[in-house]
Amino acid sequence: MDIIIIGLLLGATYCLMALGLTLQYGVARIMNLAAGEWIVVGGFAAYWSFSLQSVNPMWGFAIAVPLAFVLNWLIYRWLLTPLIRRAKTRGALEVDSILATFGMSFIAVGLMRAAFGGEFFNYSFWAEPVDLFGSAYGKNRIAAAALAVLLCAILYVALLKTRWGMAMRALAIDPQSARLVSIDVEKLSALAFAFGGAVAAAGGVVLSTFLTLDASVGVLFTMKALIIVIMGGVGNLRGAIVAALLLGLVESAIAGLVDPGLTLAGAYLLFVLVLLFKPEGLFGVRR
Amino acid sequence: MNRRLAISLAGLALCASVPLAAVQAQPIKIGAVAPKTGPLAGGAAVTQWPSIKLWVSDVNGRGGLTMKDGSKRKVELIEYDDRTNPGETIKAVERLATQDKADFIVAPYGTGLVLASAPVFAKYGYPQIAVSAITDKTKELAKRYPNIFFTLGNTTAFAQSVADILKKMVADGTIGKRVAMVNVADAFGIELAEAARPIFKAAGLEIVYDKSYPLGAQDLASVVKGAKAANPDAFVAWSYPPDTFGLTELAKIEGLNVKAYYTAVATCFPAFAGKFGASAENVLGAGGIDVDSAEMKGYYERHKKVTGVAGDFWAGPVTYASLQVLEQAIEATGGVDRKAVTEAIKQGTFKTVLGTWKFNNQVIDQFWTVGQWQNGRFVGVSSTGKSGAKAVRAKTGW
Repeated sequence: MDIIIIGLLLGATYCLMALGLTLQYGVARIMNLAAGEWIVVGGFAAYWSFSLQSVNPMWGFAIAVPLAFVLNWLIYRWLLTPLIRRAKTRGALEVDSILATFGMSFIAVGLMRAAFGGEFFNYSFWAEPVDLFGSAYGKNRIAAAALAVLLCAILYVALLKTRWGMAMRALAIDPQSARLVSIDVEKLSALAFAFGGAVAAAGGVVLSTFLTLDASVGVLFTMKALIIVIMGGVGNLRGAIVAALLLGLVESAIAGLVDPGLTLAGAYLLFVLVLLFKPEGLFGVRR
Repeated sequence: MNRRLAISLAGLALCASVPLAAVQAQPIKIGAVAPKTGPLAGGAAVTQWPSIKLWVSDVNGRGGLTMKDGSKRKVELIEYDDRTNPGETIKAVERLATQDKADFIVAPYGTGLVLASAPVFAKYGYPQIAVSAITDKTKELAKRYPNIFFTLGNTTAFAQSVADILKKMVADGTIGKRVAMVNVADAFGIELAEAARPIFKAAGLEIVYDKSYPLGAQDLASVVKGAKAANPDAFVAWSYPPDTFGLTELAKIEGLNVKAYYTAVATCFPAFAGKFGASAENVLGAGGIDVDSAEMKGYYERHKKVTGVAGDFWAGPVTYASLQVLEQAIEATGGVDRKAVTEAIKQGTFKTVLGTWKFNNQVIDQFWTVGQWQNGRFVGVSSTGKSGAKAVRAKTGW
């Protein structure tokens, strides 16, 4: 029972890390290797609110989320749109965007280090035990899981029930055809990219309540998010959620039943197996 | 004509001013390469860079280092970020040696990076006073690289001290023999766990839980729950900064109430007490220092004032001490001849913030191994021959 709850909580944590990249890669078609840095930005905002301003770290939402939205929108408009216009094929765009966003991640790390220093930062907030089925779990982790559920619900409703959501799904399936039905591809992609960054920052605020961060850890989050997005099927929100939960459960099961040292091996083994048997991802569509 | 005259006069004045500037003593170039980004950046930001900054500020505040002819030369620092990448460390050291023509280079941060760059230091004849490099191979390395020096200790001693502390607590009846041991699956954690197993057994301790976890693991709940389920009397984690914090928070949440709780690296960081407050009381960790010694008087206040960062209670002061050794060796030889300075380091006796230092075959034999948070300070409780150790206290809940 412990294993399942730990697995679900961990899966929710991974979900928070991957939701942003799902939007950015799936809809806006940008393989954003700087995705993890926005999580750290969210974490910094929460830390700054709590430790330096002595207010509730959830104020970090008010700071980081709009900031991430605006900056990501600007990055898309100024840095990435020229790449998109220039790319002759999907493959060329992916390569270009990987290189560009990789470089961006270095800039982001440098700026954060200049602003906050290189030390680790963390704080204790909601670090009280909550009793679930006889075992203690951190309130901060449960809050993270709750946020993950909330964000997934919002995105789900937005993507399935609104017109904009439908347009984004169309964009995710086929940008060329989407243009034919008068969907403004550039504007929508920019919005999706910006939302992706905002979601990542929101995740970062909550993640910082129990993870220790410093200016350089963004790449670890990017790596995990990448695995989840590809495993779930590119552009597929449901796939990303399922993949995140699956990864969390598998890691928790290996840690509890086999050896905690093998969790990383298990995670990558799962990734390899999924790709071997379903290369387009769990919920992906074969093209 | 007037304009041409004016320009030539200006040019002449410029040329005349240059030799005037050169008459002032040339600064001594000190190179430093360490992580500013990458996995080890967090640790380096606490114990490496601030110590270097403090030392440079202190030396230049005194007017610089005194040379043989009585003149004083200030210190000029050249910094490089190696991004926690050994290849970059090597490149930076080469660049400092060949392009920047540094007089001396501060040893890098992190065992792997120190060892990777050792051949380059040796090639150019720079003394390498290593601090953040803990390995059992100090003897062989000292023989292979005649200009490398070790100051922080070796793996076995760290494991042995923990075993000694636990053994004493068992003998006093404070705790039972059951020990839960976990380690981070990185060279540091693996080596310490491997060294610890036979040592713990020999000390009469029973390891009831023995697991490792990957570096950067985001969830350690399974590890802590498993450790708690094994009903241990003591908990030992050979951990790195992120997991030190993560494990401790989880231990608090899950109620792992052992009377002896040890996490390795970063337990001595001010951020540890900052995060855990009263719960940090009586937590054991790697390192320690005699905060009450005369040599350490005023160190932390000065550190905070000059660097803006609170000083830690282990490798930070040792890094500062290693630079004091360099400083005194330079002043002893009265110049910046690297061979002479290396020889001076080998033979000399030095006054540092950690007391008197004398290298024994390029190794400092007396170092702090275990510290404990007592009354908001991380004090040394166990060492290999240092004075000023405080008594170990049992942990009483979180």
